[in-house]
Amino acid sequence: MSEWTFVALLAVISVALPAVPIVAGRLLGPRKPNKEKNATYECGVETVGDTWVQFKVQYYVFALVFLVFDIEVIFLYPWAVAYNQLTLFGVFAGIVFIVTLAEALVYAWRKGALEWV
Amino acid sequence: MGDIFTTISTFLIGLLTGLGVDPLLAHIIVAFLGAFLIANFVLLILIVNIWLERKVIGRMQDRIGPNRVGPWGIFQTIADLTKLVSKEIIIPSGADLVPFMAAPIVAVASVILVWAVMPLAKTAIGTDLNIGVLYMVAVSSLGIMSILLAGWSSNNKYALLGAFRAVAMLVSYEVPMILTLMVPVLLSGSMQMGKIVSDQQIWYGFSMPVAALIFYIALTAEIGRSPFDLLEAESEIVAGYHIEYSGFAFAIFYAAEWAHAFTVSALMAALFFGGWQGPFAETIPTLGIVYFMGKTFLIYFMSMWLRATLPRVRIDHTMSFCWKFLIPMSLILITLVVLVDKLAALAIGESYLDTTTMLAMTPRSLALLAVNLVTGAFAVWWIGVMGRRERERLAALEIKHVVIETSAAGQQAK
Repeated sequence: MSEWTFVALLAVISVALPAVPIVAGRLLGPRKPNKEKNATYECGVETVGDTWVQFKVQYYVFALVFLVFDIEVIFLYPWAVAYNQLTLFGVFAGIVFIVTLAEALVYAWRKGALEWV
Repeated sequence: MGDIFTTISTFLIGLLTGLGVDPLLAHIIVAFLGAFLIANFVLLILIVNIWLERKVIGRMQDRIGPNRVGPWGIFQTIADLTKLVSKEIIIPSGADLVPFMAAPIVAVASVILVWAVMPLAKTAIGTDLNIGVLYMVAVSSLGIMSILLAGWSSNNKYALLGAFRAVAMLVSYEVPMILTLMVPVLLSGSMQMGKIVSDQQIWYGFSMPVAALIFYIALTAEIGRSPFDLLEAESEIVAGYHIEYSGFAFAIFYAAEWAHAFTVSALMAALFFGGWQGPFAETIPTLGIVYFMGKTFLIYFMSMWLRATLPRVRIDHTMSFCWKFLIPMSLILITLVVLVDKLAALAIGESYLDTTTMLAMTPRSLALLAVNLVTGAFAVWWIGVMGRRERERLAALEIKHVVIETSAAGQQAK
């Protein structure tokens, strides 16, 4: 029995546990759809324009910068796990990596990638 | 009676193998029971949590919370959930059914899955994965995906916009969270949650207060609670990404948010405040879970306190606070901590890394505390400088405005 068996069991349970009441609700609960109830909510008026609005590119830029830092941290985790056995040179290697990515943050900052529209 | 977890599991396995069940299957059945117990515990404890929060916030606002339904209103949450179960789940026209129904389930699943690696006591942990911390971060990111699923499938442009905003904010606050999460990993030399907790003879919250603070702020933003609760700012964007949810699907989102708040308090307790460590917790493992729950509830109380006190932060302030303050501070903190710690280790020698007793850990804790206080002072100074610059910029804009006003008024008076 590997250590991931528990995770698999918990995954099955955690999906089944909320799904059961939802299914029960659909089966046992009232179901009276009518045009006004099912209409999309837009502060009480009829909807204007397409639903799938244009995606502002600023959101994409935030996700991109997040991706850079996420990958950086994933590379830093093995270094952190081995940290207690490292020599000073190993620590400096890690710091050079962190400083390179801090430089990337400063670049993104100055270029205006971190401004919110 | 000292170690109920091992007692119960050996008893059950013995019972099942005695009945002729294959030992491997017996282990899997006991693991299944444990998983079922944990999942139910997480969902049922929020009945207590919601009541507690309403009472505590009520008292902080100088009013009594709910007190009609049952003695001191303890059945209020059950009444609310019963009402929600009996309501219709309205599917908006044009909605995409599969992601619409899957979103609340993914939200709850991502919270419950974190408890697989939560160290409840010395001998009670779901599974002590050797990449426990990384697993935890990966799984809690599933919750972010559920928000996008909900917003997209609702066929509602405001839900979609709310979902975009929410995801941008949550994804930004992942970075300081995982950066400061690296600190307990650094100090313990392992990503196993069990080892991180058992190494904390001196709690990491005491030796690394600034890292703990940044982690706590990032977690508060991750769960979308005040002061970062613009994800579902009722007065501003009418519940954001879950506008179109009603009935039990909405109840599941509600439950997922509260369960997430509790899970995050438990994480904070485990990683920075010693988890199940406490007097006699090593010899009597049952006490471990008592200490763990006590610490979790104390941190949860802090969370409620913040919610009752602080106003909402604007979205652009939230984002600039994350990218322009928290992330640089976390990077500077990690660099300084790593440098000073390694130099001190080389200076002091073998005994520096000893984690067996509180006294043995003191030199390291003091060194780390010093680095943290220096970084904290720098952070306070820096945010003062940034604040002053912002105030001067706004004041300059106002002066221009006032000058134009007075000259126009002067001309009119003539």
